[in-house]
Amino acid sequence: MAMKVYGLPMSTNVARVLVCLEEVGAQYEVVPINFSIGEHKNMEHTARNPFGQVPSFQDGDLILFESRAISKYILRKNQSELVKEGDLPDSAMVDMWLDVESHQFDRPMAVIIHQCLIIPMYLGGENDGNVVEENVEKLKKTFEVYEARLSKFKYLAGDFISLADLSHFPTAYYLLATPHASLLDNYPHVKVWIADILARPTVKKVVEMMKATA
Amino acid sequence: MAPVKVFGPAMSTNVARVLVCLEEVGAEYEVVNIDFQAQEHKSPEHLVRNPFGQIPAFQDGDLLLFESRAISKYVLRKYKTDKVDLLREGNLKEAAMVDVWTEVDAHTYNPALSPIVYECLINPMMRGIPTNQKVVDESLEKLKKVLEVYEAHLSKHKYLAGDFISFADLNHFPYTFYFMGTPHAALFDSYPHVKAWWERIMARPSVQKLGASMVPPKA
Repeated sequence: MAMKVYGLPMSTNVARVLVCLEEVGAQYEVVPINFSIGEHKNMEHTARNPFGQVPSFQDGDLILFESRAISKYILRKNQSELVKEGDLPDSAMVDMWLDVESHQFDRPMAVIIHQCLIIPMYLGGENDGNVVEENVEKLKKTFEVYEARLSKFKYLAGDFISLADLSHFPTAYYLLATPHASLLDNYPHVKVWIADILARPTVKKVVEMMKATA
Repeated sequence: MAPVKVFGPAMSTNVARVLVCLEEVGAEYEVVNIDFQAQEHKSPEHLVRNPFGQIPAFQDGDLLLFESRAISKYVLRKYKTDKVDLLREGNLKEAAMVDVWTEVDAHTYNPALSPIVYECLINPMMRGIPTNQKVVDESLEKLKKVLEVYEAHLSKHKYLAGDFISFADLNHFPYTFYFMGTPHAALFDSYPHVKAWWERIMARPSVQKLGASMVPPKA
């Protein structure tokens, strides 16, 4: 039976899971969840994700939520090299940079995406310049650290691509659609690294799915 | 084998997260204080360990790590025994449930609960900043909704990932411990299964030991 992912690919958290499924070549089905009619809060969906969020995921009778937990499950199940399970230092590096993605990249980026893309495109409003600037400053500090790291290693966890790198792609893709894409010109290694990730066939495939549901 | 080193004050929540795991596995470790007042967290020496200038950082021989959850998992994997297996990585489904509820703590539970700890304890006691009651009230409303979900879940399972204690449960300890030192501790009385789960966590020797060095200032 194919695995199921509930949510729309345009959601960064759904896209994260989809790229893992693509990487392991799994059979899967995307089941759309319609936020505009409150489908994410109905009983059927909250049985899968009690916080009424996306994605949720089903593999047989196993139901999961939280995209990074789902991603790890998919990669572990298929013995993917993207998590380096069984290698103590390498798996620690993957975990560490995945947490950095979650705390130092995703947080300011979520605000920037909301302010620069969602508000104008979907909510018909104007963004709050102060909030944007505050989060751009945070993002710059993050990119400084990434620049130093990626000057020494090809990828974040070392010289191997991992879930830590791929976890960035949906949000990085949206960054490139904001006026702040030009920030990357100040961080050449980060810019090259993002381009490398976005050129990956699995990532390109999921990006097409993101565009189709935006 | 040299003891591993954890950099940062033992009473800091994210340091305590790592320490409780070290205690659970019975590893030898050393806590090296980092003096925030003296800006030690921004010193070149510390930035080598944690480029974001935060705590904790961790050292095991040549290996340097930061991010408390990543450090904790490294510790739990390295010192895992048949008796102490808090990640359950030998079982796909169990490991996934540990991951799910670890993420829930990071993304949902903690963001609702920690502002109350900051506003009621840390800001007034350590930073001389008065409590922002609006933030507290908004956070309490969010926390209630989260605790409703936890109550339903813990009515069906003894612990978060199943009927076994795991890293997912221990993740909740540091900030919740401090929350119990705020005027809002009684909130948990409205969620009996959550309260019972919390008491089971507090009863653990590792938690008791660390709690003693984390005595929250009375709000």
